[in-house]
Amino acid sequence: MRRYILRRVGQAVPLLLFISIISFALIKLAPGDPVLSFVTPNMGAEDVERIRQNLGLDKPVYVQYLLWLKNVLSGDLGYSIVNHRPVMEQILGRLPATVGLMGAGLLLSLLISIPLSMYAGSRKNRPIDRILSLFSYIGISIPSFWFGIMLIYLFAVKLHWLPSMGMRTVGSDSILDIIKHGILPVTVLLYMNVSVYMRYIRSNTISQLEEDYVQIQYAYGSTTGTVLWKHVFKNVLLPVITILGMSLPELIAGAFITESVFSWPGMGSLGITAVYGLDYPIIMGITMLSSIMLVVGNLVADILYGVVDPRIKTMG
Amino acid sequence: MNSIRWRNITTQLREQKIGIAAIAVLVLFVIAAALAFLSKYDPNQIVVLDRLKPPDSNHWFGTDDYGRDYLARALYGGRISLSVGFLSMVISVTLGMTVGTISGYFGGWVDNLLMRSVDVLMAIPSFFLMLILNAYMKPGIGTIIVIIGALSWMGIARIVRAETLSVKEREYVLYARVSGQSKIRIIIKHIIPNIMPTIIVSATINIASAILMESSLSFLGLGVKQPNSSWGSMLNDAQSFISEAPYLAIIPGVFILLTVLSFNFLGDIFRVAFEPKANKR
Repeated sequence: MRRYILRRVGQAVPLLLFISIISFALIKLAPGDPVLSFVTPNMGAEDVERIRQNLGLDKPVYVQYLLWLKNVLSGDLGYSIVNHRPVMEQILGRLPATVGLMGAGLLLSLLISIPLSMYAGSRKNRPIDRILSLFSYIGISIPSFWFGIMLIYLFAVKLHWLPSMGMRTVGSDSILDIIKHGILPVTVLLYMNVSVYMRYIRSNTISQLEEDYVQIQYAYGSTTGTVLWKHVFKNVLLPVITILGMSLPELIAGAFITESVFSWPGMGSLGITAVYGLDYPIIMGITMLSSIMLVVGNLVADILYGVVDPRIKTMG
Repeated sequence: MNSIRWRNITTQLREQKIGIAAIAVLVLFVIAAALAFLSKYDPNQIVVLDRLKPPDSNHWFGTDDYGRDYLARALYGGRISLSVGFLSMVISVTLGMTVGTISGYFGGWVDNLLMRSVDVLMAIPSFFLMLILNAYMKPGIGTIIVIIGALSWMGIARIVRAETLSVKEREYVLYARVSGQSKIRIIIKHIIPNIMPTIIVSATINIASAILMESSLSFLGLGVKQPNSSWGSMLNDAQSFISEAPYLAIIPGVFILLTVLSFNFLGDIFRVAFEPKANKR
């Protein structure tokens, strides 16, 4: 087991290095001189030169990269060129909002999609299965931002039930208020996720139900309910781990779009604002961080899979 | 592509009425977009007096905040959305097919290098990368097509590689190799025709996701920009008028949904038709 984990971690390291090179390139290729972001009107040419040296910009590119990497590893991602605050501080400040939104979305989608798609799978091609499958087709085809706008129109503009934007009402500090603001964005994420998960879990349930062990349970006189929840459930959980790892990119992209539709003050809307303002240090920081999240997420999924299913260890 | 496969498709379509509906929707949209110039209104003609008119017999889809006929705009917007989707698909399928077959057929360090590059590209959230590149590069429809195409071929490359690995061990490929044909010729003449079904399925679903990506980028104001418009950029404009003129937001969204849904349906029908094993699911 330890060797398996070590090998997986070992594979992730070069990946992370490549990501860091690409992020560095994003900064280097950005139009304009990075020094300019540090220059104030009353500085002379010597001051500018001093800053250039401090930033290592007079050295060859690979030295600049190494210096930059050293800073990144010690948690220093530089300063925003728009508001001059540290990038790390800004991203960390936005992280809880994103993690809360995504976490709620992810957890609820698992709780909903697993029972729903197992039920659909056990009623293959019956009306309920057809309806659920149409529902999931629409979910993977609907533009998430449009779904969000429609929800805003219905529940905020027409019915006035829920707030349409932001994370809290000004002056309010209650958890309930945050939850109220979160309902619509979480609904968008939920519909996207559930639709994707359902397709995999349903087809997995169907193939599990054809296995011998299921037939034997039936022969022993178990009811469909018992077979589904006591036996098929465990085997369906396995691929769910992989699906989770696989769906991370969409989850991150979904966060960018959903956060900007609902003005949710998370990392996604920070990223989009940074792209509008060409705030390269922030763009780079978010690219790095979301890529690391992706790599680590996949790594954790792989390792979990190995832990849960002992057969994996011996293979590739 | 042999005749049995085509017959499978027609059988599938006969069984799945929804597939026929999907084809009908797509054909209708393509014809409407192609014949957009027949519309009696100019999509860019500003008539201030007709501002935000709800749909009526004169303006079937109403007018937007500049008094422009929304039907005409939707037709021209569809032209851009559909062509961006199609052309980015051509780019990503070409890239995916090339990388996948070369990786699978040559194996060894070539395979390793290509597949590790795929891993790296897949490890960066591609949607954010698209946003960034759009902001960095000269805006324009060509840029969007290239960016979407260049960042969505990796999945296809992986599938094509896996298929190539199994096809290259078949006897006719071995025979072609023994008879001294070049590797490139074997790939083009023997491998690609045999993995065509997989490629067609991927291509169909790829158009769906390309259209979604374009509309998301344009919605965020980083894709198609004025004076051009796509369904996504129409939604970007419509967002500010959601309470006074909800139809401005509803109409383009329904078009995107129907188009993407149809391509997804078709993709799955092709998949079932091409691999009878999938039938059971």
